[in-house]
Amino acid sequence: MDALRTLLSEYDVLAAFWMTIKLAVLSAIGSLIIGTVVAVCRVSPVAVLQWFGLTYVTLVRNTPLTLIVFFCAFGMSNTLGLTLAPTIIENNFRWGVVALSIYHASFVAEALRSGINTVPQGQAEAARALGLAFMPTLSTIILPQAFRGAIAPLGNTLIALTKNTTVVATIGVAEAAYVMRSMLEFNISLLYAIFIIMAAGFVILTLPVGIFFTYLSRKLTVQR
Amino acid sequence: MTESHDASPGASVSSSTTSLDASSAESSVAPQQVAEPLVVLTDVDKYFGQLHVLQNINLTIGKGEVVVVIGPSGSGKSTLCRAINRLETIQSGSITIDGKEMPEEGKGLAKLRADVGMVFQSFNLFAHKTILENVTLGPVKVRKKSPAEARRRGLELLTRVGIEAQADKYPAQLSGGQQQRVAIARALAMDPKVILFDEPTSALDPEMVNEVLDVMVDLARQGMTMVVVTHEMGFARKAANRVVFMADGQITEEADPETFFTAPKTARAKDFLSKILTH
Repeated sequence: MDALRTLLSEYDVLAAFWMTIKLAVLSAIGSLIIGTVVAVCRVSPVAVLQWFGLTYVTLVRNTPLTLIVFFCAFGMSNTLGLTLAPTIIENNFRWGVVALSIYHASFVAEALRSGINTVPQGQAEAARALGLAFMPTLSTIILPQAFRGAIAPLGNTLIALTKNTTVVATIGVAEAAYVMRSMLEFNISLLYAIFIIMAAGFVILTLPVGIFFTYLSRKLTVQR
Repeated sequence: MTESHDASPGASVSSSTTSLDASSAESSVAPQQVAEPLVVLTDVDKYFGQLHVLQNINLTIGKGEVVVVIGPSGSGKSTLCRAINRLETIQSGSITIDGKEMPEEGKGLAKLRADVGMVFQSFNLFAHKTILENVTLGPVKVRKKSPAEARRRGLELLTRVGIEAQADKYPAQLSGGQQQRVAIARALAMDPKVILFDEPTSALDPEMVNEVLDVMVDLARQGMTMVVVTHEMGFARKAANRVVFMADGQITEEADPETFFTAPKTARAKDFLSKILTH
């Protein structure tokens, strides 16, 4: 027990989880924005945009996250010299957010597209009949209803995203999994205790998200 | 829009009879060219794949006129109605609204659609918006009216169709008849030149049909130009200036309601009427 206490005083587990939260929140926002754009492209009447949307989803969804993270960190940042921040730590963090956003955007886009499919054709027809053009129809009539229909799958994506932040440990971002690995390195006797702490940490992060999204999907359901 | 209780004078199609006057119906007069054409369809053709759903349609609808389109299912009457505001594209021919041709796509089309109200069979109220928001959305977003003004006018229209008490509810909380009346108010809020009704009572429970038809008859009497696809013969007799009968993608007969219902000319129309009027 004492050994565990010393270990926890040596490593800042809370700071590590704070990093996990920062990664998750920023990537969630990023993936929501990119995902919405991709979903809009997929349902747009313009063939080129449809093609772009489909290609994005197919390509990104079927690429391992680790690959995207490595590509961002090593391909974009190290080799091409595209830095997003002056310090290495901050730079890797930001590229981590970019990689997570790009990857999860494909899932957000698909969740949203299924949400769009739950909106009856008549809603768009009524909006067009009032004289609304394509974009206003989308933003005021279709997307608000699509988001409500897509809340449950979006919640799933957010939970997956939270756990997937552990992948950016591979490029040296000091989030939970990264700290866990350092802790384990010299304290193999505390293996199970460390595992349990980390697992508990992720449950604490994701369980409320799941409950909140279930509540939200009930509350916001569009009655037809 | 005139406020007279009869069909407005300029609107009557046939010289012999208005729709509300059944006595002189026997004098069968072919529909004449209306004085001020509002909606003009010229040589309109549409295909669904191989199926020729609209075949060389020529139809002129005058200002203030109420035209009822009837016909067996699959005859193309709904498609005709939806083609007028280009919810269905056409392959050839032209459709003009108040002298302006319907553009292919884009801003011009949206602008012209704003002048053409539409009431759907399945109401299509915006499910995530309140009743009042449904009615004010078009005026605010398209006509750029101030929210306060749109709200005032919206409540006025809801009062007119008898639903002002439900203004803050959501569509799913209303009965079908109430929803359809809101849909009519939503169309009216845009101050349209013409309103298209695509089988407005077909999805309603029987006891709710009349509350919707009453609103439509009122509209007709106040001089609104209306194109109504319906099976409600009572409405046709009461409010229509002209009945257009469609079968197999063609307009096969046009007449004032009394003439059409009492003395249909084509065998197809006779057959159709015998099937629906015997019950």
